[in-house]
Amino acid sequence: MTDTVIRLESVVKIYRIGTVDVPALRGISLEFLRGSFTAIMGPSGSGKSTLLNVIGCLDRPTSGRYFLEGRDVAGLDDNARSDLRLHHLGFVFQSFNLIPQLTVLENVELPLFYQDIPPTESRQRALEMLEMVGLSDRTHHRPVELSGGQQQRAAIARALTTNPSFILADEPTGNLDSATGQQIMELLANLHQRGRTIVMVTHEPDIAAWAKRRVLMRDGLVHAIQDSIP
Amino acid sequence: MTAARLLRLARMGLKDMLRHKMRAFLTTLGVVFGVASVIAMLAVGEGASRQALLQISRLGARNLILYSQKPAADTQPAASQSSMLALYGLQYEDELRIRESIPGVVRTVPVRWMRKETWYRDRKLELRLVATTPDWFDLVNRPLLAGRVLTADDMTRREPVCVLTEYGARRLLAGTEIVGEIVSIGNVPFRVVGIVRNEESAGAVQTPDLPTDAYTPLPVCRERFGDITVVAETGSRAMELVPLHQILVEIRSLEEVEPAARAIETMLRRFHKREDYRLSVPLALLREAETTRRTFNIVLGSIAGISLLVGGIGIMNIMLASVTERTREIGIRRAIGARRSHIILQFLVETSVLSGIGGIIGLALGMMIPLLITRLSGMPTYIPPWSLLLSFSISVLIGIVFGLYPALQAARLDPIEALRHE
Ligand SMILES: Nc1ncnc2c1ncn2[C@@H]1O[C@H](COP(=O)(O)OP(=O)(O)O)[C@@H](O)[C@H]1O
Ligand SMILES: [Mg+2]
Repeated sequence: MTDTVIRLESVVKIYRIGTVDVPALRGISLEFLRGSFTAIMGPSGSGKSTLLNVIGCLDRPTSGRYFLEGRDVAGLDDNARSDLRLHHLGFVFQSFNLIPQLTVLENVELPLFYQDIPPTESRQRALEMLEMVGLSDRTHHRPVELSGGQQQRAAIARALTTNPSFILADEPTGNLDSATGQQIMELLANLHQRGRTIVMVTHEPDIAAWAKRRVLMRDGLVHAIQDSIP
Repeated sequence: MTAARLLRLARMGLKDMLRHKMRAFLTTLGVVFGVASVIAMLAVGEGASRQALLQISRLGARNLILYSQKPAADTQPAASQSSMLALYGLQYEDELRIRESIPGVVRTVPVRWMRKETWYRDRKLELRLVATTPDWFDLVNRPLLAGRVLTADDMTRREPVCVLTEYGARRLLAGTEIVGEIVSIGNVPFRVVGIVRNEESAGAVQTPDLPTDAYTPLPVCRERFGDITVVAETGSRAMELVPLHQILVEIRSLEEVEPAARAIETMLRRFHKREDYRLSVPLALLREAETTRRTFNIVLGSIAGISLLVGGIGIMNIMLASVTERTREIGIRRAIGARRSHIILQFLVETSVLSGIGGIIGLALGMMIPLLITRLSGMPTYIPPWSLLLSFSISVLIGIVFGLYPALQAARLDPIEALRHE
């Protein structure tokens, strides 16, 4: 149960804006254990989101190596990275990122559509997920008809329908009031309890307190790592 | 990619379009008019050419028709003939030679005609007295309405009998009861033995018969009226000696028609010093009409195709705007795990649905327009089934072709950039 499932070795990410190089990650080496719950903290612009995007195979490191479940994924092509996201990774964003013209149910079903799951089965699974996040009575609503907390719960349901091993959350409570934020964190803590590996970006200490480990970043580098005593 | 999945994509696309009903409607308008005009133009073209084809085929595809014609410049020295008498045209020997020596000829029908004043009771009518043989009725093949047509017996008995047309009888204020009655044609009493239906002559194709025909056995005519006809020309009267005005030639099979036509031309050129005859080959006309029809269809179709093209450009324009508008959505889909190909397919399906719906509306409109044209102007139209299939497929194809560029633009977006888009 304590195997390393995410390993970053000297990961560098440089954005090029015109002729200027903007280093977002300047050599990150990190390991994440299976079933761990990690918070990535740091000031704005320190590279938290960039790191999460690299881990989530949305972005490719400029240099360095990245092993996901022992497999070197840094050099994979677009299709292979899409498939990894589809089958193994679930994203939760600060601004929820539900597709406005689809209903809550359709949003939650969407990953299963790309997985080519038959409609009846995908409907069934999406409804189960919505029940788990307590949105059974909102399945046919549009995202705009939901509160922020409800939207984020729908987004979490969507991230979970494909039953991924990893949940990557980028400031999941950033747009929510603290009470609602607590509810979302309870949900994530619950997922952690069920064995999912969670990496969460936040700059709020009381949100980070839910995690078992905190990685502090500064200027694209890991500044410090704090492990809570279990 | 399964068909079920395509269907779900199409449903999603449709849903998205219903959010902007007015915009979707305006976008498809170009395709609607494009498809409608393709169908309407092809229907008008097909209608016109079908009418021509019908007329030509009524001449009989296995028939050849020889006409006498006045040579353009009469180069014959006037010394040998009376300057008043014009001598030209098809000869009885020509008919004989064609029948005897041209391979593939089944039979020939000699035809001679003259304008004659005709009286029935107190009604007067100028008829074209057509002197021929019973075979005429087999080759020209018009429905018999009453009585009988000419027979071999009529040829030998040499009694003045005639067959009128429906039109001629009507002009003489008579119905079928005129059969058995006597009419006076050129001061000779003829007994009417039958009435045939005449062709309504419409269009450019010359048929061998006229509505004002009266048919009589050739020997009867020669006996009563001789071989010289007097034609009234502007001011003066001229004499003509034209033995046969027409020879109909029936050929055994379609394959032999064109070789026989060439053989007849070659032979006639040997015996006629002047161009005083003309050969008409309905089969060749048929082929020509077929070619004209094809060109006509291509030209009309292309014009309509341009409007379809304009419709396609409209769709591309909207889809490009839609890609910009939905950049964030594309980012979300990519983050979830959609491949580039999924995004391309989604946009292609959406544009095809859009143009397909336009195509269906255009189909309905396009089928109504020819009906209206026929109703209002009497112009014949015909909607070939393939034109429906063609124009609908083109409309969908246009959706795919013009959707491809916006779809590729959408797929090319970097997921992270797309997600940051407002
Ligand atoms: N797509 C991008 N293009 C250019 N620069 C970027 C891009 N994404 C991030 N950056 C830059 O990289 C640095 C780190 O950004 P980010 O990872 O978003 O920080 P954080 O999430 O910690 O606020 C910042 O300086 C930011 O301006
Ligand atoms: Mg960030």
